[in-house]
Amino acid sequence: MKIELRNIEFAYDKNPVLRNITGVIDPGEFVALVGPNGSGKSTLIKCINGILRIQKGEVLLDGKNLKSYGTNRLSQKMAYVPQTEQKAVPMNVFDAVLIGRKPYIRWKPTKQDLEITAGILEKLNLAPVAMKDVTKLSGGQQQRVFIARALAQQPEVLLLDEPTANLDLKHQVDVLKLLGSLTRQGITVIMAMHDINLAAMYSKKVMMMKEGRLFASGGNEIFTADNVEKLYDVNVETIHKNGTVYIVPDRTQSI
Amino acid sequence: MNTSDLLQDYTRYTRRRILFILLVLLGIVFVGMYAMVVGAAGISPGDIIRVFTGRGDPVSEQIILNIRLPRVLAALLAGLALSASGAVMQSLLRNPLASPFTLGISGAAAFGASFAIVFFGSAGIAFMPWLNEQYIVMFSAFAWSMVSTGFILAIARYRGATPEVMILAGIAIGSLFGAGVSALQYVATDVELAAIVFWMFGDLGRAAWNDVLILSVILFPLLIYFSLKAWSYKALQSGDEFARSLGVNAFRVRLTGMLAASLATAVVVSFYGIIAFVGLVVPHIVRRFIGGDDSFLIPASALFGAVFLLLSDTVARTLFSPVILPVGILTSFIGAPLFLFLLLKGMGRGYWS
Ligand SMILES: Nc1ncnc2c1ncn2[C@@H]1O[C@H](COP(=O)(O)OP(=O)(O)OP(=O)(O)O)[C@@H](O)[C@H]1O
Ligand SMILES: [Mg+2]
Repeated sequence: MKIELRNIEFAYDKNPVLRNITGVIDPGEFVALVGPNGSGKSTLIKCINGILRIQKGEVLLDGKNLKSYGTNRLSQKMAYVPQTEQKAVPMNVFDAVLIGRKPYIRWKPTKQDLEITAGILEKLNLAPVAMKDVTKLSGGQQQRVFIARALAQQPEVLLLDEPTANLDLKHQVDVLKLLGSLTRQGITVIMAMHDINLAAMYSKKVMMMKEGRLFASGGNEIFTADNVEKLYDVNVETIHKNGTVYIVPDRTQSI
Repeated sequence: MNTSDLLQDYTRYTRRRILFILLVLLGIVFVGMYAMVVGAAGISPGDIIRVFTGRGDPVSEQIILNIRLPRVLAALLAGLALSASGAVMQSLLRNPLASPFTLGISGAAAFGASFAIVFFGSAGIAFMPWLNEQYIVMFSAFAWSMVSTGFILAIARYRGATPEVMILAGIAIGSLFGAGVSALQYVATDVELAAIVFWMFGDLGRAAWNDVLILSVILFPLLIYFSLKAWSYKALQSGDEFARSLGVNAFRVRLTGMLAASLATAVVVSFYGIIAFVGLVVPHIVRRFIGGDDSFLIPASALFGAVFLLLSDTVARTLFSPVILPVGILTSFIGAPLFLFLLLKGMGRGYWS
């Protein structure tokens, strides 16, 4: 699904947060949304799937305005993993992931719904805890449950707000690899993230946000020391190894 | 572990939940039969069979058909309504403390009843002799319950239908009506005061065929509605914004759900008075057995609540026989310790742990 953002403006009660955001995201693209705290990443994600209503500009999905999609149809095309979950409520992990099938369920889940859910649980390493209560899981396991639930929606676009924030290194890599394999199946992934090195390693496109504006966007080559320093107001140094650039804070210089 | 093992585990889990529901249904049948035969007037199972096959004597026919049966059905329906409402409200408000009375219905209904007793009591009847006082009281209790619900929903419309807004507005409105009841009690005559106090004890002795019929006509569509909406309620439990991404309009679902649950509660309360704790405790008990999935929790709570209230009422009828306790007093007495017990046992399934 192709996403076009045209001059998007958004304000929370007159307090402008997104200013004139324009960009095109092609089907199957893996986009990392980076930028300092409060720069508007979460807000942009919520505007793309219509949780928040933009005040100016438009969001086009496959050339059609977001507003012209019915909510249920939209939920079959786009899934969202929030940055902070509501405190998990007591429910079996399998049931929690099955909720992702809601856009397809009329009255009760079909065998197919159950099979899709089971497959996803397995893919995300959640099979061993599938019959446990969500509230009894660790933070990282819970986060994987939320990602699994979004996958159960079988969306064409997957929006994730810091999906790896609570995960250990192995699961960070696993989740990013999984997202990468989804993009190869044509699913668009847009993900807000703070770890710029991991973002650079796995995503194919970067949108840098600063104070509600699109500071820079393009391929991974825009992860330059200069851009990152300006984006975060931190001195950084770059390490070149095996043709990849790693960006780390520069400890020798004071700000 | 592979996919088919997982599916098998899940199927087994689902069967266990269905089995629980079937057991509760069986419980309803048994407790129902027991409730029909036990009591001050000696009725034997044989009498019941004779009455239902049209060969009963007039006295047992009168007792069975016009006293026991409506009371048993009323207990089942009231328990069903309160517990289903409790489960729905706990889910919609994401709060284990929510109960059918969270939006202040008990206070509003008590105010409505007191209002009718004080202002339309004997004096009102003089002007409108065609109206039965009992009906005026019921109608006033119902009307004021809906006024309070409407008021809270209006606040929620204006201020955002978040659980916090609704719970806090419910507390405020509830205590306002509580103050209104106190004021009415202060100006009431001794006779009126006694009537107010009696009204406030939830009592199924008031059950009659009319209200049983009205209750079923209102409750069954609501129950079907709740079951149809269970998936939306589940989506809401993970946050309003997340629900939106699943195509669920949190605002609308919460407002209509609260309205429906309040309607069910208000009807029961206007007929039978305030029956405390059932709607709060039953969903927690059921959650311990079958977990928190609304698709199962709502119907199972409804049925469990039915048998729970019928059992309570039967005990209340027979415990100090021939003195009959109002069931509202009994549920308050057993409800509070039961709730504490559940709390000490960890409330099960993750709430407050
Ligand atoms: N519900 C809200 N009401 C009012 N202002 C908000 C709300 N949510 C966010 N904001 C403001 O909007 C701005 C952008 O917030 P947003 O959550 O989009 O940032 P972010 O880039 O996701 O930050 P983080 O990296 O900390 O998650 C911030 O200044 C924040 O204070
Ligand atoms: Mg954010």
